[in-house]
Amino acid sequence: MIRCKNVNKNFSEKNVLSRIDFEISGGEIFGLLGPSGAGKTTLIRILTGQLAFDQGSVIVFDKDVSSLSGEEKKNIGIMMDQFGVYERLSCIDNLKIFADIYGVPHDRIKSILEQVGLGEAGAKPAATLSKGMRARLSLARVFMHSPRLIFLDEPTSGLDPQTMGQIHKIILEKKKEGCTIFLTTHNMEEAYKLCDRVALLHEGRIIESGAPEEICRKYNHQKTIKLHLASGEDIVIPHENGSAKMLYRLLSDGSIETIHSSEPTLETVFLELTGRKLEEGA
Amino acid sequence: MRNSLIIIKKQFKDTLKNKTVLIQFILFPVLTLIMEKAISIDGMPELFFTKLFSIMYIGMAPLTSAAAIISEEKEKNTLRVLTMANVKPWQYLTGIGLYVWFICMIGAGVMATGIKREDIPFYMLVMAVGFAISILAGACIGIFSKNQMTATSIVMPVMLIFAFSPMLAMFNDKIKKVARFAYTQQLKRIMDDMTFSEIGTEGICILAVNAMLMVVLFFVAFRKKGLE
Repeated sequence: MIRCKNVNKNFSEKNVLSRIDFEISGGEIFGLLGPSGAGKTTLIRILTGQLAFDQGSVIVFDKDVSSLSGEEKKNIGIMMDQFGVYERLSCIDNLKIFADIYGVPHDRIKSILEQVGLGEAGAKPAATLSKGMRARLSLARVFMHSPRLIFLDEPTSGLDPQTMGQIHKIILEKKKEGCTIFLTTHNMEEAYKLCDRVALLHEGRIIESGAPEEICRKYNHQKTIKLHLASGEDIVIPHENGSAKMLYRLLSDGSIETIHSSEPTLETVFLELTGRKLEEGA
Repeated sequence: MRNSLIIIKKQFKDTLKNKTVLIQFILFPVLTLIMEKAISIDGMPELFFTKLFSIMYIGMAPLTSAAAIISEEKEKNTLRVLTMANVKPWQYLTGIGLYVWFICMIGAGVMATGIKREDIPFYMLVMAVGFAISILAGACIGIFSKNQMTATSIVMPVMLIFAFSPMLAMFNDKIKKVARFAYTQQLKRIMDDMTFSEIGTEGICILAVNAMLMVVLFFVAFRKKGLE
């Protein structure tokens, strides 16, 4: 669906993207993780043909991104980090504008609003919606023309856990329908939950990529098991064959209250590779 | 062109709910109707308020509304969303320009109700030219400004110069000497006599230079800033 090879982008003298290489298959959710200023939005703008790049190649729908026609671009849906809704207009009127642009019949608007849980809020001006509802309105706009490829730039940034969960559900439903989703986030839990593969972006470079579980396993240097016992004691034992007897004994005795293996999270992997947190400065 | 029509339709709905822009379009036509009916002083030139307010309308409404609409869309990120939906910058700007011009022409139609029937086409032509130049000026400011606050701070002095200099020129010769370089002053001269004969070559040159300047500034602003 997307092939990005050795892409470089400079703004004036500053290098913002360097040697970006990845491929995304159809029906996949690909996550781009990085702190603010890492180059995530710039990369989305390049992949959607809104911004020219200095070097490399970007192939979308088996065509060079710069040669995509208007009709082909209609297969792309983009939600940016700022929702960009017309605040004085109602949710329905907001969607009507884009239904007209994409040539979608207006009777689809109601079902789209219901799909994102805004069925009751159709007549409300966007200015009166909560941040979470605006995010869902923005998603409704993205899904309106049933794009095959969806770009979501930090779709849950600043939202409460409940709204976040609702949006995750909608994203996973879209995946089931066969959409390919490119998601940027600095929320590693979100990436872990949603993405088939992720790439960690730092200062314009991809420093690691792969399935979230694989990355976490790859950087599991400690290989320990943390136990919290019923007695209140915390113990750490090596994750190896020799610990099996002890573990068996403690389990048989019913002394273990919680048990955790020590694989790192994407956050700690990022910290290990860059020395900074994903959400720093975000 | 289809996308431009969608922008016009969107803008029409939005303006009905946007009091700040709506008042720009309504203020002078309503004031003209009231003042022409309510005030009559001996020796006052015929259609004094219609002509004065028409020039102020030219210098104010299209300029401020075009700048306000474009800068608001930039600030609220809706312009980016439109361009991502494959609306080309020229389609957007054409839509906004035509919309503002059309609404202002309706306002001009209201203001023309007191004018002799045979002078109305001439009056509307002068207003149409004035609106077009002001829209270009407003679009320049809208494109150049990052947000509404910047747009307002640029629009205010520009609008004061174009909208009020013809009125001030009536009372002060020094201001008149400077104001004659503004297109609004030249349009006032045309409108005072309802004929092109009074304006002369100099006036036509000033009008043409003003119009060219706005076109050049518009393209410079667009090339430098785009719609980002």
